[in-house]
Amino acid sequence: MLKDITLGQFFPGTSLAHRLDPRSKIIITVVYIVGLFCAESFVSYGLMAALLVTGVKVSGVAPKALVKGLKPVLFIICFTAVLNLFYTPGEILAQFWVFKITKEGIFTAFFMALRISMLIMGTFLLTYTTSPIALTDGLESLLGPLKKMKVPVHELSMMMSIALRFIPTLIEETDKIMSAQKARGADFESGSLLDRAKALVPILVPLFISAFRRADELAVAMECRCYHGGEGRTKLHVLRYHARDYLVMGAYAAILASVLTLAHFGL
Amino acid sequence: MKPIIRVDNLTHTYGQDTPFCRSAVDGVSLEIMEGEFLGIIGHTGSGKSTLIQHLNGLLRPTSGTVYLGDRDIWADPKKIREVRFQVGLVFQYPEYQLFEETVYKDIAFGPKNMGLSEQEIDRRVRDAAAFVGLDEGLLDKSPFELSGGQKRRVAIAGVIAMEPKVLILDEPSAGLDPAGRRSLLENIRAYHRERGTTVVMVSHSMDEVAENVDRIIVLADAGVVMSGTPHQVFSRAEELVAVGLNVPQVTRVAMELRRRGVAIDPAVYTVAELRRALSALKGGTAVC
Ligand SMILES: Nc1ncnc2c1ncn2[C@@H]1O[C@H](COP(=O)(O)OP(=O)(O)O)[C@@H](O)[C@H]1O
Ligand SMILES: [Mg+2]
Repeated sequence: MLKDITLGQFFPGTSLAHRLDPRSKIIITVVYIVGLFCAESFVSYGLMAALLVTGVKVSGVAPKALVKGLKPVLFIICFTAVLNLFYTPGEILAQFWVFKITKEGIFTAFFMALRISMLIMGTFLLTYTTSPIALTDGLESLLGPLKKMKVPVHELSMMMSIALRFIPTLIEETDKIMSAQKARGADFESGSLLDRAKALVPILVPLFISAFRRADELAVAMECRCYHGGEGRTKLHVLRYHARDYLVMGAYAAILASVLTLAHFGL
Repeated sequence: MKPIIRVDNLTHTYGQDTPFCRSAVDGVSLEIMEGEFLGIIGHTGSGKSTLIQHLNGLLRPTSGTVYLGDRDIWADPKKIREVRFQVGLVFQYPEYQLFEETVYKDIAFGPKNMGLSEQEIDRRVRDAAAFVGLDEGLLDKSPFELSGGQKRRVAIAGVIAMEPKVLILDEPSAGLDPAGRRSLLENIRAYHRERGTTVVMVSHSMDEVAENVDRIIVLADAGVVMSGTPHQVFSRAEELVAVGLNVPQVTRVAMELRRRGVAIDPAVYTVAELRRALSALKGGTAVC
């Protein structure tokens, strides 16, 4: 039951989307998000949608998986859409009590829902096609210049990769501890809110203890292999841009430019 | 003897509807008799842990039925907690489930969940601690100060204190040193002898099972491949080897002797038995 949680799940593959450098993918995702927020007309939204569809097609990710990712945020999407529907001033189409539905409201609500959905599907496409390790590598490399400002970029990305690495382990462990306590009659499903909170103690204490133990062991293992931070550390898989990266990034830049131009002319 | 637990055509599939789905237990039927000491053996990944988690209702069968006495344990899902008090399950590496401030409180967790009186809880905690060989003096210590072996004993006592009708232990001696292993198994044997309750021990060590149990069920690749007394099972040594298990070391010696022409029953499985068989060959008097 706990295993059903997916956090930026990665679907391994060999498509063009999988083979792109993680840095290019992060950059084009950012460009895509900027484009979404600049898009104001049917034409530019159409362009953004076409881009997303192309991305999905190229990556070979099942569209169903992307739509499933929308479920947890469905509420937020509906909420913003409804707010926009009622509170956008403009030409009134229908009115009852304090609510007014305007023509502009309908457009804004529709575009807002579209924008959020596409934003989420776009970012999911990134995490579906990029392994967590590649993602942190890419981030570390992109944020590299911040090292000059004494931001501990390497340490942050190392922390992130370790956290990602241990999520499945800890979920499995939680499952096991829960079963063991249930075998001794622990009851997590009934009683008042306070009872239920108290029932978590027999899970949380062993879980924290084991997390600290694991952290300790990992630290010793890293020190045994002479880990001393990012200084002078080289990588097994060096990130390198290929022709495909320049091509895809160029295409995205061109599309962003055209969206901006369209917005400038009020289209 | 009548069965206390009966498993009928049990199948369990993890991760159904995903590409990774595979049956960890596939069409298993078995009976556990009242008062017996049963051993379940099988190689790693043969489905032992999955199977026993069905016996106290921690896992729900994908298909098939588990009966406790005459009742289907899932007949009324609300009463599944009752089943867990009657079928006590000690997980593999149970020391990782300790959480209380003192050993006493940790052992008392199960009985407390049963809603027993203070006095009854106190009696059970002390009884259970004695069964697993924990000193009274340790009861007020924090479980986290104890050694690994002592922690394991505390965790086992936590289940024994519920005084279940059936005690199931998943690889109770895994990761202990030989002396700790021997003394823990001796404690479990004494518990079975004195209480007379049913004990099921899961293991992948043949030697361990051979010396302790009345009956053995052998699992391989999610199904039961053999079942019978240790003598019956170990006389089919080749089949055991074929499913990735070893016969006890003593049996291996006897098999090798037989291969070299000594007229000895190859299905001996304890040191005492081998000694008896060998001295019988010499004329029945000498003790080596
Ligand atoms: N929680 C789980 N989710 C998915 N697969 C599991 C889970 N637990 C066990 N399995 C799989 O089921 C099979 C049987 O495992 P298990 O019952 O633990 O065997 P054993 O205890 O005999 O080593 C293994 O292939 C294992 O990978
Ligand atoms: Mg197991």
